[in-house]
Amino acid sequence: MNVASIAPLTVAHATENGPGLAEKVSVRNLDFYYGDHRALKSINVSLYRGRVTAFIGPSGCGKSTLLRVMNRMYDLYPNQRATGEVLIDGEDILLPSQDLNLLRAKVGMVFQKPTPFPMTIFENIAFGIRLYEKLSKAELEDRVEHALQRAALWSEVKDKLGASGLSLSGGQQQRLCIARTVAVRPEVILFDEPCSALDPISTARIEELIDELKADYTIAIVTHNMQQAARVSDFTAFMYLGELVEFGDTTRLFTTPTQRQTQDYITGRFG
Amino acid sequence: MNEHTVKSYDQELQLLDRRIAQMGGLAERLLAQGFDALARRDPKLAEDAVASDRAIDALEHELQEQSILMIARRQPMANDLRHIMTVLKIAGDLERIGDLAKNIAKRAMAIWGEPHPKPLMTGLKHMLELAQHQLKNVLDAYAERDADKALAVWRHDERVDAMYNSLFRELLTYMMEDPRNIGLCTHLLFGAKNIERIGDHTTNIAENVYYLVHGTGIADDRPKGDTTASTLVRKE
Repeated sequence: MNVASIAPLTVAHATENGPGLAEKVSVRNLDFYYGDHRALKSINVSLYRGRVTAFIGPSGCGKSTLLRVMNRMYDLYPNQRATGEVLIDGEDILLPSQDLNLLRAKVGMVFQKPTPFPMTIFENIAFGIRLYEKLSKAELEDRVEHALQRAALWSEVKDKLGASGLSLSGGQQQRLCIARTVAVRPEVILFDEPCSALDPISTARIEELIDELKADYTIAIVTHNMQQAARVSDFTAFMYLGELVEFGDTTRLFTTPTQRQTQDYITGRFG
Repeated sequence: MNEHTVKSYDQELQLLDRRIAQMGGLAERLLAQGFDALARRDPKLAEDAVASDRAIDALEHELQEQSILMIARRQPMANDLRHIMTVLKIAGDLERIGDLAKNIAKRAMAIWGEPHPKPLMTGLKHMLELAQHQLKNVLDAYAERDADKALAVWRHDERVDAMYNSLFRELLTYMMEDPRNIGLCTHLLFGAKNIERIGDHTTNIAENVYYLVHGTGIADDRPKGDTTASTLVRKE
């Protein structure tokens, strides 16, 4: 039998370089500096709508920095600057005229350590919504419930919405943070090592959640867990020393990478 | 190839290759024993072949366990993943080759004491030599990670098929000439068919070597030479 004539079994995954896919975020010739240190070097990469893109690479390769540029988190710190373009739906978010509050509503971020606010579960989510919208009490309650449903946390907390967000387990706290992100109706969600502090069961829940969320959002995830990148993403980008070494379909990158450095890294032969 | 940061990972992968080499060596020996048993009609050689097959089966079992353990323990990626999967599949093909060779030897016991028509045995021997040559080359291709050599083996299988076709016709003709030949010729026909099947398993191995090296399958359709499924020899 001619194996090449059989359609691949990976229907859920995107095809190579995503022809026909809508580019949601386009990073063009991006350089990033921490003071004099050039942490990102001429990065060109795209995030596609409805797809998950994983960023992998050794510590210090610039993957978290790249994520932080996408919602201009670096603006909070002095001596950090980016040059080049980061287009979201064609508009350059690096321009000084960009409204940062709107940007961060549009591009949500979930961090490595769960960071619930020291307030009730309900307020953890309502807080963010109130910053952007004026809703009636009933509407607000609906939005909070919806966000908790999307984050697969509702059934576990619906009877204790008045309890402190800090009383939840680590995995629940992380899902609370995802709910908080989802509540302000973002278009892009950035996950920076979202499972590194979680046990395997909580990790599986987050991965399941990413699978569900990707239909409605554009998702980027930075992870040190190669298997996780292979499981949850459609595209994978391998970065090293501030450069994008290889970008491609996840199924291909983890079985037949084209770059020697990628192969050495994912097989554990690095350095 | 760079070494893994974890050295025991490299050692485990090397062990897989050593076992494949061992299995391959045993399969080659078993094939020679099987045919010798048939050619000399020697039941002792046949018994030796059966014993060799047990050793091949044991190695396949060991390779399976080791591969599964490595997948669980190392979560291999890229070329390592292809390496382990290829080992699993090649071990399966070598095990089948061992079975087919053993089956040839067993037929030696069945036709013990029967006279052999010399031209038939010569034809069978040529076919065997070609299959042995193919097997040796594909084992070398694996050891050397030589995809071109594997591709050559894959292409040459057509010759084994062509020899089988001509033997098939020849054996049928003998049977028609004298019904007393039917018992012997049927066993020889199965022997030839086994060698043809060994050729097919050898091409499977070649495909796996190619995949191991390039990460893709061979793009061509393999030339198929065995036409005996649609052949009928009629008595004039």
